[in-house]
Amino acid sequence: MAYLEGKVGWSVLLALGLVFPFLAGNDYHLTVMSNAYIFALATVGLNLITGYTGQFNLAHAGFMAVGAYTVGILTVDHQVPFWVAFALSGLFAAVLGFFIGIVSLRLKGHYFSIFTLCVGYIMFLVIEKWESLTHGTVGIIGIPSPEAIGPIGFESPRELYYLVLFFLAVGMWVMHRIVRSLLGATFIAIRNSEELAESLGINLMRNKVLAFMLSVFYAGMAGGLYAGYVRFLGPGMAAVEHTFDMTMFMLIGGIGTLLGPLLGALIMPWVTQYLQFLQEYRFLVFGPILVLLVIFVPNGIVGTYVQWRMRRDARRAPAAAPRPASANPTAQPLQEARGGSHA
Amino acid sequence: MELFFQQILNGLTLGGIYSLVALGLTLVYGILHVPNFAHGAFYMAGAYAGFYLMSAQGFNYWAAMAGAAVVVALIGVLAERLVFHPLRNSPGLHHMIAAIGLMLFLEAGAQAIWGADFHRMETPYSAVVNVAGLTAPLQRLLIIAAAFGLMVCLHLFLKKTTTGATIIAMAQNREGAALVGIDANKVAMMTFAISGALAAVAAALYAPINLVYPSMGHLVITKAFVIIILGGMGSVPGAIVGGLIIGFAESFGAFYISPDYKDIIAFALLVVILSLRPQGLFTKGVR
Repeated sequence: MAYLEGKVGWSVLLALGLVFPFLAGNDYHLTVMSNAYIFALATVGLNLITGYTGQFNLAHAGFMAVGAYTVGILTVDHQVPFWVAFALSGLFAAVLGFFIGIVSLRLKGHYFSIFTLCVGYIMFLVIEKWESLTHGTVGIIGIPSPEAIGPIGFESPRELYYLVLFFLAVGMWVMHRIVRSLLGATFIAIRNSEELAESLGINLMRNKVLAFMLSVFYAGMAGGLYAGYVRFLGPGMAAVEHTFDMTMFMLIGGIGTLLGPLLGALIMPWVTQYLQFLQEYRFLVFGPILVLLVIFVPNGIVGTYVQWRMRRDARRAPAAAPRPASANPTAQPLQEARGGSHA
Repeated sequence: MELFFQQILNGLTLGGIYSLVALGLTLVYGILHVPNFAHGAFYMAGAYAGFYLMSAQGFNYWAAMAGAAVVVALIGVLAERLVFHPLRNSPGLHHMIAAIGLMLFLEAGAQAIWGADFHRMETPYSAVVNVAGLTAPLQRLLIIAAAFGLMVCLHLFLKKTTTGATIIAMAQNREGAALVGIDANKVAMMTFAISGALAAVAAALYAPINLVYPSMGHLVITKAFVIIILGGMGSVPGAIVGGLIIGFAESFGAFYISPDYKDIIAFALLVVILSLRPQGLFTKGVR
């Protein structure tokens, strides 16, 4: 974990992000990457509730749409400055997340997922049908680009790229602080066993709702950025398929790791790009890939790498004490047991 | 009176279709604990198979329906063997993701073969019948009769045959069923086959008064999940009662509230009910 998620690893990633505009051949590449950053931010948020707390939320794209529409409606219909609307986008998603969370998080496992699936559909249908507020299927057009801050404007693709990169970097740093704190350990404890966590005196409801709110706060912010970046919104962005996309990003990178969902979200748009000749048939390829990944590589790129390293270390130093479980939030309980037998 | 009767008829039609779809979903959940998100894609595949057999191969309506049931039963068995069987010891999250992968694949497959356009499935029963001064489209009456007839058949199969008894036994106690020598793999495949066939028949019944298109399963599967939560996950009578509740709520909601919001009604109902009773309406100790 140290190599991948240490200071060096993050600095290299950030440096790559900073020089990317100079390496990119054209503005189109910048657009693809900026879009990937926005979805990465939402995916990293989804990973907090799904990967770290163990509740599979299927309404995440709906919360992203809530954030985006907050910005769209406030800036276009009420002439609120972008930055004010943007600040409200994450906040509004989190408040909504609070109310949905206190109802839905009493439900366990599959029940929670199905409940959020319904919430996702309700969000989509409300956005589509509530024309006086959301402009219905026409969507919201003419969202202003973010206002300049001092000498820095946000008009060109490169300026917007750095804006999105900035928020992704801040989001990653905050997420890093969360999952490395006592709060993060609490979330992982809840994921591994709700009964055990409760017996240790952890307030399940309070922590689950908190994780859910933080998670959808990320989705709301990502949606707000999306509105400022793309400057056009339609109800389609609330579709459950986008949550499926984000789930795929998480799975490919490694669910329940900090770096995995980010990597997945950054890699996949390029894969999609090179598979563009498949067009709408891309799911003919992606669907089976998703199934094969779940069966054969359930821990994703980062999780598999971490497991490989652990086994190698165990082989090299058989006498050394086994690592504490908390140093490896990746492995599911099942895999931990398996890894142990190999050691 | 006429309009009220129409809503009853609509409610029974929708309820019958929803119950059939939910029955397959609840059987698979009750026996294998797999929340099969791909079940809506099974439904869609059933509609396309029926449509193809009728329009391109010239089968009559009932033969096309039977053909669709066989095709989707096979898809179900393949899904169990290739996707869910390898995952039987994995965490629940992995089942859901795999099912989503399967769903995306089936939808893209239908789109690759038949395109994204809407298709209409013909029915030989397009007449309108007149009973005691009330008119009703024949296809709707047919749906109601066929759906509830099929439910009775399923009930008799589960209760009266040895094969049905093995399925019930595995639903009640997996370890116990294994101890008395029930082949879990065989039951799992059979459950998926029945589940797929029910979805296909529901689709072939409903397609003539609706349309056939790749994403037609989305709303249906979500409603089927609502239904099995209402009725208790894994409960067969629960799925039927739940299906009727949602069918009537939708039909009367569309008429008395607004047709625009009819799809929201089912979900709003679930949100309200689960807020008050997190374990579902009729659940008693079922996981």
